[in-house]
Amino acid sequence: MIDEQLQNAERLVPVPSVGRPEPRAEVSAPQKAAGIASEHAEAVLEARGLNVFYGHFQALRNVSIEVPGRDITAIIGPSGCGKSTFIRCFNRMNDTIAGFRAEGEVLFQNQSIYERRIDVVEVRRRIGMVFQKPNPFPKSIYENVAFGPRINGYEGRLDEIVERALHRAALWDEVKDKIRQNAFALSGGQQQRLCIARALAIEPEVILMDEPCSALDPVATLKIEDLMRELARDYTIVIVTHNMQQAARVSDWTAVMMMSEDRAGECIEFGATNEIFTNPKDKRTEDYITGRFG
Amino acid sequence: MTIAEPVFRRRLFLRRSTALGFSILCVAATLLAVVVLGILLVQVASKGLDRVSWDFINSFPSRKPEDAGIKAALWGTLWIMGITAIFAVPVGLGAAIYLEEYAPRNWLTRVIQVNISNLAGVPSVVYGLLGLAVFVRAMQLERSVLAGALTMALLVLPIIIIAAQEALRAVPNSIREAAYAVGASRSQMVFHQIVPAALPGVLTGVILALSRAIGETAPLITIGALLFVPFTPHGPLDKFTVLPIQIFNWTSRPQEAFQQNAAAGIIVLLAVLLTMNSIAIFLRNRFQANARG
Repeated sequence: MIDEQLQNAERLVPVPSVGRPEPRAEVSAPQKAAGIASEHAEAVLEARGLNVFYGHFQALRNVSIEVPGRDITAIIGPSGCGKSTFIRCFNRMNDTIAGFRAEGEVLFQNQSIYERRIDVVEVRRRIGMVFQKPNPFPKSIYENVAFGPRINGYEGRLDEIVERALHRAALWDEVKDKIRQNAFALSGGQQQRLCIARALAIEPEVILMDEPCSALDPVATLKIEDLMRELARDYTIVIVTHNMQQAARVSDWTAVMMMSEDRAGECIEFGATNEIFTNPKDKRTEDYITGRFG
Repeated sequence: MTIAEPVFRRRLFLRRSTALGFSILCVAATLLAVVVLGILLVQVASKGLDRVSWDFINSFPSRKPEDAGIKAALWGTLWIMGITAIFAVPVGLGAAIYLEEYAPRNWLTRVIQVNISNLAGVPSVVYGLLGLAVFVRAMQLERSVLAGALTMALLVLPIIIIAAQEALRAVPNSIREAAYAVGASRSQMVFHQIVPAALPGVLTGVILALSRAIGETAPLITIGALLFVPFTPHGPLDKFTVLPIQIFNWTSRPQEAFQQNAAAGIIVLLAVLLTMNSIAIFLRNRFQANARG
């Protein structure tokens, strides 16, 4: 009976082989950095000379990075350097903040997302987000995942969409018997994976994660990291983290941000993760990752 | 630098006494309120409990105190409350949703906000005068249930708006962001996530506002609710009276038997109030249980 369910489940879900994915070939990132073509090295997201203001305060200055597709790009830096502000520019989440203003360009598949004719709902449909603190809706597990597909008018059986998303977020086995129960009954780590499932359910192309593990214990953190490696096969992932070990463990690319004299955030270095960690070009990067400040 | 032991001891004794004195004061303040309420209840109960019966609830007022009942007043109260809720709840909730979720934060919104807070403090007689001028005279509704209910709706509107706003504000911003992040439009965010999450608080506010309206006498007397009504309203345009007016009427009579009727009426009014508040608490707990799992 249960086996049958599992088989069915596997039919629905083509992708994940459970367990820790193989570490990526060490050479891949430098290869890409050196301009060697790979099947998915093209930039999916790009910030070009991005300046962000909150009222008169400048929060970001001239930030430019290219986020390659189907890789994990980490944004690291000391607190208050604008990491969250930056990642929230990619799905226009800052639009809701009073006084927010962006100059420069943010491109998604070579299309500027801050243009007037772009619908913000469309942007967020294609660029999902997971937040720092798990923030499930105060509803059942099922309703949490089903909400996105439902409001966006997805076709097909909602039950299947929900099940597939929960599978992909490696949560299905833990919740399949209590899918109608309230999401707050789950542990913090499970709630965060539920939030990932919720983001996956609308089939985005990019997943933004704003310090997704900062409220979790080490075991739950490891699970999320495994999941991220798994998801990076199909999705482009951008993660903000204050945990340098995490950036080193999971990411292919790293952007290092720092606060300048006037407290505006700047991107001081961007490159392949192992380059950044073994051979940083900027003195400040070196100081930061060796723990001399930050 | 050290503190001399005897000085510390002496001060410690002083500090302890102050703490003890303060807690005694606090207990006394609490007791004062509870005891006064208790005395009031005991007095009313001892006077009127004998009169509370099915006949009392199901009889029209009469010149003979032993025949008099509160049927007209009770039905009038139910009619007024029902129609008040029909008008005040949608408008109040709508205003709260607009102010919390849609309105830009500018000076105009602030002016509106301050005005609503002030309206909540306006004496109820003033609402009665407004109702008299607008509903009874200008709209020619006469001294009808509808005129009374609309006046009451104006009276409780600011209270409902403020309560609903607080409930909406209590929904964490992370829920709004979560809804936006899966591609919800603003109205989808508001109606699928924020309003359901705020519903327990909204309901509590609504019922507490109606509980306040149920005891209001002044505005209804001002618009001319009747003192002696030997019939129940059959529709929103009928004349009416309500419980507090009936009680007021009886207390102003010299006969002791009418005083007993007044006490019995108070008991019924309190029972209705208590029922409404219990429903509020029940609904809140139920919805919260749903929200928390």
